[in-house]
Amino acid sequence: MSKIRFTEPNREILARRDSIINDLTRLVDPAGLITSADECRAYETDALTAYRKMPLAVVLPKTTEEVSAVLKYCHDTGVKVVPRGAGTSLAGGAIPSEDAVVLGLSKMNRVLAVNYDDRFIRVEAGVTNLSVTAVVAENGFFYGPDPSSQLACTIGGNIANNSGGAHCLKYGVTTNNLLGVRMVLIDGSIIDLGGDYLDSAGLDLLGLVVGSEGQLGIVTEATLRILKSAEGARPVLFGFPSCEGAGKAVADVIAAGIIPVAIEYMDKAAIEICEAFAKAGYPLDVEALLIVEVEGSDAEMDATLADITAIARANGATTVRESRSAIETAAIWKGRKSAFGATGRVADYLCMDGTVPTGKLSYVLAEISKIVQRHGLRVANVFHAGDGNIHPLILYNANDPSQQSKAEAAGDDILRLCVEVGGCLTGEHGVGIEKRDLMGCQFDDADLAQQIRVRAAFDPRWLLNTDKVFPLDFRCQG
Amino acid sequence: MQTNFSLTALADAHVSESEKILRACVHCGFCTATCPTYLLLGDEADSPRGRIYLIKDMLEEEKPATPQVVEHIDRCLTCLSCMTTCPSGVHYMHLVDHARAHIARTYTRPLPDRLLRGMLAKVLPFPGRLRLALRVATVSRPIRKWFANLPGGTQLAAMIELSSSFKRRRPTRRLPGATVDRPRGRVALLSGCAQQVLGQNINEAAIRLLTRHGIEVVQPIDEGCCGALVQHLGYESRALDAARHNVDVWTREIENGGLDAIVVTTSGCGTVIKDYGFLLRNDNAYAQKAARISALARDITEFLHELPLQDGVRTTGQVVAYHSACSMQHGQQVRDQPKSLLRRMGFVVREVPEGHICCGSAGTYNVLQPEIANRLRARKVTNIEKVKPQIIASGNLGCITQIGAGTGIPVVHTVELVDWAMGGPLPDVLGRRLG
Repeated sequence: MSKIRFTEPNREILARRDSIINDLTRLVDPAGLITSADECRAYETDALTAYRKMPLAVVLPKTTEEVSAVLKYCHDTGVKVVPRGAGTSLAGGAIPSEDAVVLGLSKMNRVLAVNYDDRFIRVEAGVTNLSVTAVVAENGFFYGPDPSSQLACTIGGNIANNSGGAHCLKYGVTTNNLLGVRMVLIDGSIIDLGGDYLDSAGLDLLGLVVGSEGQLGIVTEATLRILKSAEGARPVLFGFPSCEGAGKAVADVIAAGIIPVAIEYMDKAAIEICEAFAKAGYPLDVEALLIVEVEGSDAEMDATLADITAIARANGATTVRESRSAIETAAIWKGRKSAFGATGRVADYLCMDGTVPTGKLSYVLAEISKIVQRHGLRVANVFHAGDGNIHPLILYNANDPSQQSKAEAAGDDILRLCVEVGGCLTGEHGVGIEKRDLMGCQFDDADLAQQIRVRAAFDPRWLLNTDKVFPLDFRCQG
Repeated sequence: MQTNFSLTALADAHVSESEKILRACVHCGFCTATCPTYLLLGDEADSPRGRIYLIKDMLEEEKPATPQVVEHIDRCLTCLSCMTTCPSGVHYMHLVDHARAHIARTYTRPLPDRLLRGMLAKVLPFPGRLRLALRVATVSRPIRKWFANLPGGTQLAAMIELSSSFKRRRPTRRLPGATVDRPRGRVALLSGCAQQVLGQNINEAAIRLLTRHGIEVVQPIDEGCCGALVQHLGYESRALDAARHNVDVWTREIENGGLDAIVVTTSGCGTVIKDYGFLLRNDNAYAQKAARISALARDITEFLHELPLQDGVRTTGQVVAYHSACSMQHGQQVRDQPKSLLRRMGFVVREVPEGHICCGSAGTYNVLQPEIANRLRARKVTNIEKVKPQIIASGNLGCITQIGAGTGIPVVHTVELVDWAMGGPLPDVLGRRLG
């Protein structure tokens, strides 16, 4: 049924399972070691449930030292390790291998320090994205990156995937908001990269770690930049009679040099799904909707909105509606942020994550609908338009194996299209297993070989998140 | 999410219902973030998504429950916070009910656990037996620590600890209903089982409030437990019997005099009564009647909120922390009415931080899982005390007891405060503070 290949598990490791588990009992607290089939099953997949593999065992350490002990042991005995945050990956980044130990950070969820003078917060990697903002909100601060899964996803996972979110148009993605990490390398050594300030001396190893999908080491603590919230924020709904008009409006806003906090796009299918769930007042009589949020003082918001509204009208916007209350604003964002889950009410879906130049949005949207039609399926589009990070949701029936392969084929075509128009395979969900075999479309052999050498410098035995990111038949040792 | 049920398995109405629920889940993991046990334990198998996955495997494979699955399902509070969070509309409550019934059918619990659960199911829903049990518990208090060393003893010790924390003020009796001249409406008020013994003052306040607004109140003498307690313990057929019994009792009232509502002052019961229509959907003789009963069920605050309400007559202004019971905010999705009533009566209502997280009461949970329940109570009390309230109000006796055992701040039922503001007596626990 599934096209994504997994490597054959190492039989020697499988045969040693009992002794490996026995050794692990000495390295972590008993409540943090999971070995029964029933309990391991809860870890056999993440939010890409089309793929599942039972892990050898699961460890849930409580301290950096425990992480270090487990990694050193796995390194010394040649056992693979799959790191896991909250298991919300849509690209299968946390899907185990049968001969791998899953190392989950969910028990490491303490806030270690908050410093408002220097504007940073230090947390353990298992802290969720939204709870970072929750900690500092009472003092008028927030953490910039806000992936739609921010309620559940962890900072560790955000770092591994360089996660973005709706508001990254203005505030940047994880790499722009991360000051430092404590990380455990596969041999168990604990290193600190970066610091409590924006730049650090020497090679930018922190930049290298961000987006490395758990293949260079396991981040256990992170220092994050926190920002002062704006005086006010106001989302505005712009409804368009055509997808092309909405796409063109986004391109024109960006081309005009206006940087709102967020420009989110929904097509008709997504609007209907989200409105049914969130009752946010999205217009139902349009083909496409842009949620544009501006912030600042009232005068600043009014001025920016006037410019954006003029551009939207010029591109045929028929509905322009500003949020007038905090409750309305919350509903507008709730609908948008719950879009993927709410889609589950109508169909199964594969969520794509590619990035395209904003000038190509209209063209790409038209092509996506052709691709999906060609495969006999439907699509709902809901994405971060401002930075060209598209998320077509390919709707299908997971209980019909033929639809599963059609959906995957359509997904591949869409991602190839992103690369063809000058964009890339992934915006913020990572490569994982989902896009691993498409890496050759994005990079030539020399590029891949160089990336693999970097990876091997950190993990020469190729034990960390082994089956992810790089095509299986393109492996070399450093 | 993909499912893999055999056609024969799907012929079973329960399985086919659960399959539909599982198909809606996209495994996004949002629910993990608002699950109290996941927050405390950090194990996927102690999150809604993990439990859904374990249940899926157990049902698909048609296999008996294993001790591991039972442990994780038992740790679920049934607070239903996950259902409020879920964007996909997964009906976790119906799925976990099915799992509990499956566990009851296929798994033999260790003897102490069986005895304890059997005792809870045979005592709590029956006021006479509960009164007797409380006397025994009070007498046993000095030796409760001795129990802790026995198998299942921590639970027994927790039960004794909890029951001896009840402050029984006066002998309780079953309340008669109350008639009014030229009634504007007629409602049945659920007597409740444990509440009759432990919190009769709550329904006394409710009756005063209702009659003050011209509502005639009936309390049918033969009404029984709503069935929630036995249902959450996995005794499915007993729960259905309880539901059928009450459907009959209330249907008789509808036919003799009519009912505008079935008013409930314990939100845990309200959640289940509102679900009678679903529980009895496959019972041809009861499906329709049960659906009518569910449609009539209202939390007291919902019902009062729809009335043209009288003004308060007392000087209020006290700072009240409103603790929304999980069965209220998640089970019934009743959120604003209780707070709005209290504000209308002049109280200063403060929202409790992390208000969506359970206090650990959860029916019989604080007896069966005392360690987790105590940690949740401590967390809840810390959060409540942050807003510096003079009074804590809640709409569920279980929460009132649970929170009351962890703080010196008086905890009362919402209707007791509203009744006092309108001229009713001051709730006993406030006597020394506001009197």
